[in-house]
Amino acid sequence: MIPADLRYTKEHEWVRVEGDAATVGITDHAADQLGDIVFVELPAVGTVLRQFATFGVVESVKAVSDLFAPVGGEVLEANAALGATPEVVNSDPYGGGWMLRLRLADPRQLDGLLDAAAYEALVAEG
Amino acid sequence: MSVTGNPLQPTLLELSRPGRGAGTRLPAAPAGALARLPAAALRATPPALPELNEATVVRHYVNLSHLNWSVDTGFYPLGSCTMKYNPKVNEWAARLPGFAALHPLVPDEAAQGTLELLWRLEQDLAEISGMDAVTLQPAAGAQGELTGILMVRAYHRARGDLARTDVLVPDSAHGTNPATASMAGFRTVNIPSAPDGGVDLEAFRAALGPATAAVMITNPSTLGLFEPRVVELLELVHAAGALAYMDGANLNAMLGHFRPGAAGFDVMHFNVHKTFSTPHGGGGPGAGPVGVRNHLVPFLPEPLVLREPDGAFRLERTGERPASIGRMRSFAGNVGILVRAYAYIRAHGADGLREVSEDAVLAANYLKHRLAGAYDVPFGRPCMHEFVASAATLRAGTGVRTLDVAKRLIDKGYHPPTIYFPLTVEEAMLIEPTETESLETLDAFADAMLEIAREAHDDPDLVKGAPHEAPVRRLDEATAARQPDLRWRPAAQVD
Amino acid sequence: MAYGPHTAGERERMLGALGIDAVDALFDVIPAAVRAAGLRLPPALTEMELTGHLAALAGRNRTDLASFLGAGVYRHHIPPVVDQLLLRGEFYTAYTPYQPEISQGTLQTIYEYQSLLAELTGLDVVSASHYDGAAATAEGALMTCRATRREHVLVSRGVHPHYRETLATYFGGANLAWDEVPLVADGPAAGTTDLAALERLLADPQRPVAGVVAAQPSVLGLLEPMEEIGRLAHAAGALLVSVVEPVSLAVLAPPAAYGADIATGEGQPLGMPLQYGGPYLGIVACREPLVRQIPGRLIGRTTDLEGRTAYVMTLRAREQDIRRERAASNICTNQALCALAASIYLAALGPGGLADVAATGAARAAELEAALAAAGAPRLHPGPYLSEFAVRVPDAPAVHRRLLARGILAGVPLARLEPGDPALANGLLVCATEVTTSDEIGRFGAALAAELGARPAATAAGAVR
Repeated sequence: MIPADLRYTKEHEWVRVEGDAATVGITDHAADQLGDIVFVELPAVGTVLRQFATFGVVESVKAVSDLFAPVGGEVLEANAALGATPEVVNSDPYGGGWMLRLRLADPRQLDGLLDAAAYEALVAEG
Repeated sequence: MSVTGNPLQPTLLELSRPGRGAGTRLPAAPAGALARLPAAALRATPPALPELNEATVVRHYVNLSHLNWSVDTGFYPLGSCTMKYNPKVNEWAARLPGFAALHPLVPDEAAQGTLELLWRLEQDLAEISGMDAVTLQPAAGAQGELTGILMVRAYHRARGDLARTDVLVPDSAHGTNPATASMAGFRTVNIPSAPDGGVDLEAFRAALGPATAAVMITNPSTLGLFEPRVVELLELVHAAGALAYMDGANLNAMLGHFRPGAAGFDVMHFNVHKTFSTPHGGGGPGAGPVGVRNHLVPFLPEPLVLREPDGAFRLERTGERPASIGRMRSFAGNVGILVRAYAYIRAHGADGLREVSEDAVLAANYLKHRLAGAYDVPFGRPCMHEFVASAATLRAGTGVRTLDVAKRLIDKGYHPPTIYFPLTVEEAMLIEPTETESLETLDAFADAMLEIAREAHDDPDLVKGAPHEAPVRRLDEATAARQPDLRWRPAAQVD
Repeated sequence: MAYGPHTAGERERMLGALGIDAVDALFDVIPAAVRAAGLRLPPALTEMELTGHLAALAGRNRTDLASFLGAGVYRHHIPPVVDQLLLRGEFYTAYTPYQPEISQGTLQTIYEYQSLLAELTGLDVVSASHYDGAAATAEGALMTCRATRREHVLVSRGVHPHYRETLATYFGGANLAWDEVPLVADGPAAGTTDLAALERLLADPQRPVAGVVAAQPSVLGLLEPMEEIGRLAHAAGALLVSVVEPVSLAVLAPPAAYGADIATGEGQPLGMPLQYGGPYLGIVACREPLVRQIPGRLIGRTTDLEGRTAYVMTLRAREQDIRRERAASNICTNQALCALAASIYLAALGPGGLADVAATGAARAAELEAALAAAGAPRLHPGPYLSEFAVRVPDAPAVHRRLLARGILAGVPLARLEPGDPALANGLLVCATEVTTSDEIGRFGAALAAELGARPAATAAGAVR
């Protein structure tokens, strides 16, 4: 169940673009690999991220992983609900488990990302 | 199996009753003893500590102790931790009033017994490691690592060599190694392992260069394997102007068989709670002495223990060795632990220590031989004092994971091995039997492991649901981390 | 081998199973060029010889002296119940509770330790233990840098010199900066942290300060203006690290009451013997919002599959085995058994007992102050103290040596503890606790009077009775 309308990084982030706004999260596969997610550290609103820069950290009970920005841009919003309920990243990674909304700096950056088929192949490779 | 069936215990707070703790342990303080202090500096309300009589305290802790597995309870093959038997005479020694009641700031002349013991221990550890000098100050292995890497930093700086920013660490290393490198201001460069479990020499060569400050090598590695290319590695390191650090966590494998300093390592730490049988204390205290070759002696932390020409012993004074990296902690070190380590070394002598390692290595190879077939044993060559087994094939066939095997071992009356470490082997189980376990114990453990493998095929849910016999079943670790409850709250504070 | 179980026959069986004749074959993996032939160590001792040797060494230490030594670690009555319980092998021969199902004993005792120390400090998060007060203080200072993303801390010279030196070692490694805050030279606040100097150091816009580290009581035994230090620190956006002595917290305001963000300290007074330096107990506590910055293990309360209350190591992703090079600290093995000792000690004494220990020490110290003043050694500083203070003695190091010959450990010469500080060169730092007797105080006063030629010894001793 890899949504067809999103773009992906090799580091298992997804991005959904609507106009010049980009929503970012981690994939179902990534959440599953991490296990029960217990904490998500996100940047402050106004932070300007470069494409593929680390923007935060996600922790599970026994693992920790950096988060990479699929596209560059200014942070418009971070998902505050994850502070109290980080488990939503496990249960609804493409919906309520979103992490950031960015103002997309350059739509051409999307060309460097994987489409759903390519990401599915990446996951299948293990 | 004494842990099974024991009831959980209420907390000290739940056992507390107002007025219960009014004992006669101490004379009551004179009235007005605090009147000379400014009121603002005093506590407004007394701390809400529990009030208990002594019998309640004793039963609380005795009953809690029944919920613990320990070396004194039974087999504890926790890889990389060397859970060998802890001799009782060592506990006796550390409690001798002459050792126990000695204040760390007494003048040297009042501490000659302890200073002599520490000096002798420095000499013994230097001999065992082939190093030229040893500091006893670090409080644990990780602090020993930090001590060692800070000395590496000081060494390069003293030579005006400021370009060395990297510490190379094999991917099989303990997490303390890269964490130590960061604390000492270095960048960690991870080196992959070769298929034989040793360091990948090509990758190593590629990473090594003028920016390399040190290489941290655990030998035997966390896979329980002696580093086969250690001679080449050391040559390469030194040719590049870097220093070689040996993580001594696994020294129990090679006492009297391999002396790291003599072989060319520049600096190493000891884990006396592993190799020299000082008890693990439920997580500590340990001690992490560090040995160095001559070129690092100026940088050793303060204070060393010295012997004067007249035979008297003394602590080094602050500033006596100007190039020292300074203090790692207060006072001389975890001396009570060092007394136990010294006692252990003296009880063995040179041949006894060699035999310790021989029996530890023999036991590990025997156990590995017994488990091969039922579990993957990824490396064919002889192991040292521990070995890696894997449930990867078992998992593929039955869905039973290493975690399940570990939990099922609890039902069978064993402490599980170290699991999911090293990170380089899938479904890893790091098994270290130690030299103090009898053949009956090794065989019974092997039988239990084989039985679990059979259960995994016949009744996988039985294994996946384990433990069934422990005081508690698997815990909700996710909620523990999402909503941390790190202290009790007395009733008055709950509102 | 002293503690091994194998018979010759059993070794044969194991070797046979492996298809080898001798154990040497297993060591062939060690290249010949670096294979050791053996060790040169003193010969093995039988247990009887060993006990004799160790008892002889222990007997060479002088623990028979009337001791007024403190300076960070203190002689106290340790109820025998503490050590009796520590001798349970189920506690002391276990390791880190990686398998919670068979480690509930260790886990619950550490949770209880965290709770007891939270109660004493007023801070809700307490680490499962650090190496000692010095390492704990260095870690506490590093926490302030992580929390504020600043790279400079200020440390009062009222903090124990070993702690300052340890902090310097840790900070040097981490490429972080630190400066000392001087003490007031004279007047009513002499010997305490110089607030004006602190304010100046905090005001440097080029070097924003992450944290201010001060001790209550200070290494000189003095009560510090902690509320004021905290106010200045917070006004500059810095955190306050309070270095505490835990017994004193039975009577002194807890760090949370004066706004400390972090408390660190030496837990040795809570039931641990002096042992010439350790093992002791590093205390690190912090306010709840700093929980992800605290290094070392934390134990949390949770439930098992059947809903029973149980305990487990938690917030593990901060630690080195998971976060590796980005861990908050490299600490792994800690001082768990010392935390257990502290818990048993506090459980045995209760709130009243602990307050009695603190207040009795204060009373004995006042008695000591009077006796030493009468002997010609007045206090070096005028401000309030709890149970430790410095006195002025001409040529203090030499007098200290001569008093040793008279059976008195006359505290610590400040020239040794703080070399190079002329204001302290003639100081002796002395302390009293509940185990200090009036007789010992009298002997100290008399011996000092005799050394200083101040007045007849009998009068000095008699004056305080």
